[in-house]
Order: sequence, then structure tokens, then C-alpha cells
Amino acid sequence: MANVTNNRPLSPHLQIYKFVPTMAMSIVHRITGGALYFGTVLVAAWLIAAASGEQAFNTVNWFFGSFIGKLILFGYTWAILHHTIGGLRHLMWDLGYGFEKEFSTKLAKASLVASIVLTLLVWAVVLIVR
Amino acid sequence: MDMRTPLGKVRGLGSAKSGTEHFWKVRTTSVALVPLLLFYVVFLVIYAGKPYADVISALSNPFIATINALTIIASIVHMKLGMEEIVQDYIHSEVTKVVLLMLNSFFSYVIGGLCLIAALKIAFVG
Repeated sequence: MANVTNNRPLSPHLQIYKFVPTMAMSIVHRITGGALYFGTVLVAAWLIAAASGEQAFNTVNWFFGSFIGKLILFGYTWAILHHTIGGLRHLMWDLGYGFEKEFSTKLAKASLVASIVLTLLVWAVVLIVR
Repeated sequence: MDMRTPLGKVRGLGSAKSGTEHFWKVRTTSVALVPLLLFYVVFLVIYAGKPYADVISALSNPFIATINALTIIASIVHMKLGMEEIVQDYIHSEVTKVVLLMLNSFFSYVIGGLCLIAALKIAFVG
């Protein structure tokens, strides 16, 4: 039985396909999803610190305000925006729209641009507000 | 003679043992998370770097506390389901798969529990 399964032809994998925007965005969607999964530790740290008292809160706030902290939060902002935009694209497909080749390719490129622009916009606002 | 229907034979099979419910829950939580996260991002934009007292008084506002709790619940369910999908896609050994699925549940619910209790503590006690 093991032999039979071993000799079965495999479906083509990543290295077989031409690299296209929709494929890239699909991969990035999964990667940002995984990053956001572990990023919840940061949200938990922030909330627990806020619930614990002023001293703990200030420590966590200091970290998020540092260069490394800001860099992580910047990445987090992009990941969350990209994953949300990608998710909206998926909801559109779930409803049966937007499968045309040219359109989905354009949308894949647009979602990358939109996620970057929105991230910069959010951070511009943060820096202006402060 | 086999009295089982074709549907009965395939129910509960597949890498996930269930499909439609998983799919539906991912979509429902994702739709819920769109407005919730938009609110969360706006909130953080306003309160990032603000002093302790300001943040606590904002988080203990009943409206914000509710959104905070709902965002935590929807996020935890969504991320747990998402990681299940990743594990089922890439892990082919049955033992490793079961162990990782369990760890995924533990991680999700521990983080979710911590966030939720913290949010509720701030909401009720300050």
C-alpha cells in the first residue's frame, strides 16, 4: 500500500507555477495571518499591563515607544491592514464576483498599494496627533 | 448490501473532519472584524503614547469596553480557525497535526482569556 501512495503523481507545487500577483498576495495573506496570530501577544502584553497598574503600563509603553517597538508596531499596522484588505477580496470571491483574470490581477496589485498607503496614512496621523 | 448514503460515508472525513462550519465561522468573524478593527486602529491612533490615566478612563468607557471585548473574542476565534487551516494544510503526520492543533487551541484561549480578563478588569475596576 505504501508503494502505491509513493508512486502517485504529485500535484504541481510552487516552483512549477509562474509567479503572479494574485499568488503573491495569497502567500502574503497567509504570512500576515500567521504574524498577526503571534502579534496578539503584544496586544495581550499591553492590555495586561494597563490592567496591572501605572508602573507596568509605563514599562510596556516605553517599549512600544522605542525604535524597535515602533518598528514592530509599524509592521503590525501593515500586516493588519493588508490582511483586512485581502480578507475583503476573499469575501468578494466568496460571493462569486471578481474572478476575471485581468481584474483579479489588478486588484492584487491594488491591495498591496492600498495597504502600504493606508499604513503610511495611519502613521502620519499618529505622528501629527502627537 | 450497504445501506449508508454517499453523504453519510464522507461525513467527518477529510483533514479537518468538518468543513462548512469552519468556513462559515471564519467568514462571520472576518466580517465582524472589519468594523471592530477599524475602530480599534482609530482608538490606538488617538491613545498611542497617552498617559496611563487617559488610557484607563477611555478603556473603562462602557461603549469602548464592549468593543474591546468583542474585538478580542472575534479575533481569537478567527485566528484559532486560521491557524487550524495552516496546520491542516502543511502538517501531514497525524501525531504532529493533533499536537499542533491542541497547542493552537491552548495558545488561542490563553491569550484570549488574558486579554478578556484584562479588558474586563479595566472596565469594572479601572
